[in-house]
Amino acid sequence: MMLASRTVQTVAGKALPASRRSVVAFADRWPEIKEQALLGGGEARIAKQHEKGKLTARERIALLVDHGTFVEYDSLKLHRCTDFGMEKQQFYGDGVVTGHGFINGRPVFLFSQDFTVFGGSLSETHAEKICKIMDKALKVGAPVIGINDSGGARIQEGVASLGGYAEVFQRNVEASGVIPQISLICGPCAGGAVYSPAITDFTMMVRDTSYCFITGPEVVKTVLNEEVTQEELGGAKAHMTKSGVAHLAYDNDVEAIRMARELFDFLPLSNNADVPRRTTVDPRDRADPALDMLVPEDPNHPYDMKTIISKVLDENEFLEIHPEFAKNIIVGFGRLDGRTVGVVGNQPLELAGCLDINSSTKAARFVRFCDAFNIPLVTFVDVPGFLPGTSQEHNGIIRHGAKLLYAYAEATVPKLTVITRKAYGGAYDVMSSKHLRSDSNVAWPSAEIAVMGAKGAVEIIFRGKNVEEETENYKERFANPLTAAARGFVDDIIMPSQTRQHLCNELELLEGKVEHRPARKHGNIPL
Amino acid sequence: MMRAGRPTAALAAAAQRQTPRTAAAMQQVLARGLATYNGEQVFDKILIANRGEIACRVIKTARKMGIKTVAIYSEPDKNAMHVKMADEAYLVGPAASSQSYLNIDRIMEVIAESGAQAVHPGYGFLSENHLFAEALEAKNVAFIGPGAFAITAMGDKIESKQLAINAGVNTVPGSLAVVKTDEQIKQIANEIGYPVMIKASAGGGGKGMRIAWNDAEAIEGFRLSTEEARSSFGDDRIFIEKFVEEPRHIEIQLIADTFGNVAALPERECSIQRRNQKVLEESPSTFLDPETRKAMQAQAIQLAKAVDYRSAGTVEFLCDKNRNFYFLEMNTRLQVEHPVSELVSGIDLVEQMIRVAAGHKLPEDIMKEDRPILGWAHEARVYAEDPFRGFLPSTGRLVDYQQPTEEQVPGVRVDTGVSQGSEISMFYDPMICKLITHADTREEALDRLELALDNYVVKGLGHNINFLIDVCRHPKFKSGAITTKFIEEEYPEGFSGVKLTSDESKSLAAVAAMIQYTRNNQTTNMLDALRPSVQPTSFVVSIDEDAFKVTFAGDTGETVLSDPTSGEEIARFNIRDFQYKSGEILVRALIDDAPQVIQCLDRLPQGFRLQYCGAIKDILVHSELEYEMSKYMLPKPEIDMAKWLLSPMPGSLISVAVTEGQEVFAGQELAVVEAMKMQNVLRAERNGVVKKVYANAGETLSVDQEIVEFE
Repeated sequence: MMLASRTVQTVAGKALPASRRSVVAFADRWPEIKEQALLGGGEARIAKQHEKGKLTARERIALLVDHGTFVEYDSLKLHRCTDFGMEKQQFYGDGVVTGHGFINGRPVFLFSQDFTVFGGSLSETHAEKICKIMDKALKVGAPVIGINDSGGARIQEGVASLGGYAEVFQRNVEASGVIPQISLICGPCAGGAVYSPAITDFTMMVRDTSYCFITGPEVVKTVLNEEVTQEELGGAKAHMTKSGVAHLAYDNDVEAIRMARELFDFLPLSNNADVPRRTTVDPRDRADPALDMLVPEDPNHPYDMKTIISKVLDENEFLEIHPEFAKNIIVGFGRLDGRTVGVVGNQPLELAGCLDINSSTKAARFVRFCDAFNIPLVTFVDVPGFLPGTSQEHNGIIRHGAKLLYAYAEATVPKLTVITRKAYGGAYDVMSSKHLRSDSNVAWPSAEIAVMGAKGAVEIIFRGKNVEEETENYKERFANPLTAAARGFVDDIIMPSQTRQHLCNELELLEGKVEHRPARKHGNIPL
Repeated sequence: MMRAGRPTAALAAAAQRQTPRTAAAMQQVLARGLATYNGEQVFDKILIANRGEIACRVIKTARKMGIKTVAIYSEPDKNAMHVKMADEAYLVGPAASSQSYLNIDRIMEVIAESGAQAVHPGYGFLSENHLFAEALEAKNVAFIGPGAFAITAMGDKIESKQLAINAGVNTVPGSLAVVKTDEQIKQIANEIGYPVMIKASAGGGGKGMRIAWNDAEAIEGFRLSTEEARSSFGDDRIFIEKFVEEPRHIEIQLIADTFGNVAALPERECSIQRRNQKVLEESPSTFLDPETRKAMQAQAIQLAKAVDYRSAGTVEFLCDKNRNFYFLEMNTRLQVEHPVSELVSGIDLVEQMIRVAAGHKLPEDIMKEDRPILGWAHEARVYAEDPFRGFLPSTGRLVDYQQPTEEQVPGVRVDTGVSQGSEISMFYDPMICKLITHADTREEALDRLELALDNYVVKGLGHNINFLIDVCRHPKFKSGAITTKFIEEEYPEGFSGVKLTSDESKSLAAVAAMIQYTRNNQTTNMLDALRPSVQPTSFVVSIDEDAFKVTFAGDTGETVLSDPTSGEEIARFNIRDFQYKSGEILVRALIDDAPQVIQCLDRLPQGFRLQYCGAIKDILVHSELEYEMSKYMLPKPEIDMAKWLLSPMPGSLISVAVTEGQEVFAGQELAVVEAMKMQNVLRAERNGVVKKVYANAGETLSVDQEIVEFE
């Protein structure tokens, strides 16, 4: 590391120009100190950061919070490492900017790693700063946003740095389900460092300038003799489409930060806070006539569930989470009559909307997030069942599918379910069915609630006799929502265009919902 | 005018002019006791053997006349608008037209079942099918259209040309012989002299038509026209004629009764065509002087009389630059573009068709030669096609759909058969709607058409609205200096979007900032905020290569555009009555007192996708700080897709002309994809070698599906 001469000299108070040393009072000196602290690793490194298309830690914060609201903590903090000549290299703030600010008037705690100082590497003191704002966020009950841009552990500090990571991880876990936590990955985030974002609720990445992995391409090459680039191994694309590690990805820092503000607006401040509500210009009884025509006649024809979701939500706005991972299920946030709702929907465009391992775990995590933070769940169902096959079975669809079932059954927030078309078999049970204590279940006239599709059922019941005729009979009986309505498994059959009004009314009614579960340390979700 | 009362002399006379069987039919029809309209007896109930906008159009007039309507529909049209509008509706078969809308046997059953006394065929489908006309006649059901003889005679291009010559109508030089071989086509084409037009004898609507400028094109055109004609009409007879240069397509709308009266309406100009498919029409034409108009009308009437024509019909002419005109063909049906004629003549053509079919005489005043032309009318055909992808057909659902209203555009007429949520499938005509405007002058009518197009919201599939606006904005079109080659000549590279003027870009920048500002005020009011959030009153808006700082001076509407770097003032607008609601598409404002319509098509992570004056722009709206920071952001690398031939549309793959390892040259045919019954030849964009062929002939393709990969 380069020695930032001005900084260290000022701190030590030894090497100031002789002419000023004795006469300059601290009160006069400290604006200069403050200014140095603001410069991080210095102008040359800032320029280098910019060249890479990345913003500095402070620039990112300035974009993230309302203008002029950022209050910084520990800007003068210094590391305590004396090994390998580190004592000669000191930068105010030690490579991370921490503090609190406001996003559209609502408080947020944040840390932003400064790549210009020791490559953003995490020292014991760096970790202490992060822990300080996390502790305060927990006390206050306000979310934490972490901006990650770090080369990893401060090697020179050895185990002290590792301890620092663990302190952060422990707090991430303690805060989980108490305050929302968002991670922005705006640069490297490698090795153990990845486990902090992994525990937080949402991970946002920047395309082409950020990457996350446990072991980098060099190690992969040495151990496995596999050639892979950083971007291929752990870039935004890999984590958005393959691993599901990233929930959202954007083209650059400016865009990612703007969208982080948007995501933040959907989230309550803590598990003790009400679900956020904002004013809306969209009338709650707006009936979109297109909804009545969007589900195709032919049950084998796909349609885009996202169109339906956005047409029901306030201002047609839906912030999809995990848009490129396990696309057979859709999760994300929207608002109804100004209140945040978590939306889950099967996507007939992808694998016919089947549940599989990835879609089950994706939705389960989302459902649990919403439940933890009092966000009502709205589920749009068009599911033909679970995806068959050896790959699914051997990789544990039983275990993973159970997670979604568990998550829905465990959730005590208001649960509203709309069956748009197919609700077949065990997947029907899983998707927020009445039996899992859903509060409001309605079906569209196009709904088919049955054990399986007509043809398959007839094959089994009639063993291949009179297939055509019996299929027609079966369709007549079960390929509609009437049987389920007769048993009370759906509360009503409604026209699709009434869905918005129905959901808004139910949500209003359910605002005071109280549901208790037996006291326990925690359940044992099949992980 | 007709006298009121029961079976009249007029009806009897009409009956006499028909064949004996028709006369009997008419008597039977009349015996059933008819509804009266304006004191005249017309039909009680008619069946509309069509779908879409024209079926709806006919139903409207029938309703006005107190006539009950019967719709027919195919399975996918179960919930179509025409089915909902009609008093009764009957399923006639599956999606394929040949088994539904062209299924004469089934339609005859429906007629019997419903007791319809007459059939309006609309255009396309069975409108020019003499077998259908004859089948109706056999069952004593009135055909609201011309007699079978006129249909047959005019349906055949070779025969109709001969008839026209006999009737003293000017015709295009050419050969009436049917062409059978490549050798023959070369020989005849060279005799007439290039350029030549290759035409399917049974053709219509641009199908089976090709222009050739040399032998090679003649042979290729012959092959394609033959194939298209065979698949579309089941008749692959081809003939050729001289291709008239700098031609304008001008046509005369006729309406004739059974008493030998023929009225000619003011001409329609339909020169704006793409691949012989009409796109924009107007009436009257800027090109005709009163003498030419009169001569054209006179010849049209002569031809109609020669075939004993009744009902509505159109005689199409090609007009050269010296106002010589030649007979092209006669359409023995109501045409798509009939509304412009209705507006400038004040005649409801469908009403007259029904009256005439019921045996009534045309009103005297319609036949007056000196009938005034009532202002000017324009029509734009909105198609489900993607002008940004070479106008290839597009299918899908109208996820968002808003038609211009009378309140937004005075005098607008919207003829459509779809509504929000309707599906435009690959089975039928890709027309979404016809927008028609009317005003005292051409200029005003055109302004209204632009306004109507600006207000027209279509989302969910590709459409040509932006292209239509671009044509409306084109100086040559505005001045009326057009030929049938307008699109080909003015858009040689296809359509790449409307170019905004510098002033328009600035207005749009101001609007984009205003949208962001209004949106912030509407959506950032969090009820659990600890402190009020202060929203910026200035933004930096980036459009294309330009960036403008936009500052609002309080609520006065004063909006200043300045250079974001130097701060120098660039422009100043007054924006009032700003109407925008987050989530809604249409945005309105008075900018310097001029009403403007903007469509907010999408929200983008850093701004909006806006449509203004037909131009679609991805606009970045930044706070000043974001703009400052954006300077450091790197441009994204482009992904090279030139290595692939992708299916530009959903359709079926007819043939693949290349094999793996083959060397191909720019312009060479690679594959043929059929959609909407149109065969589209996909050609190589540059020289290369085929690496792999991914799809086989007969396969159904989705949009962007890989067909061929190059080395």
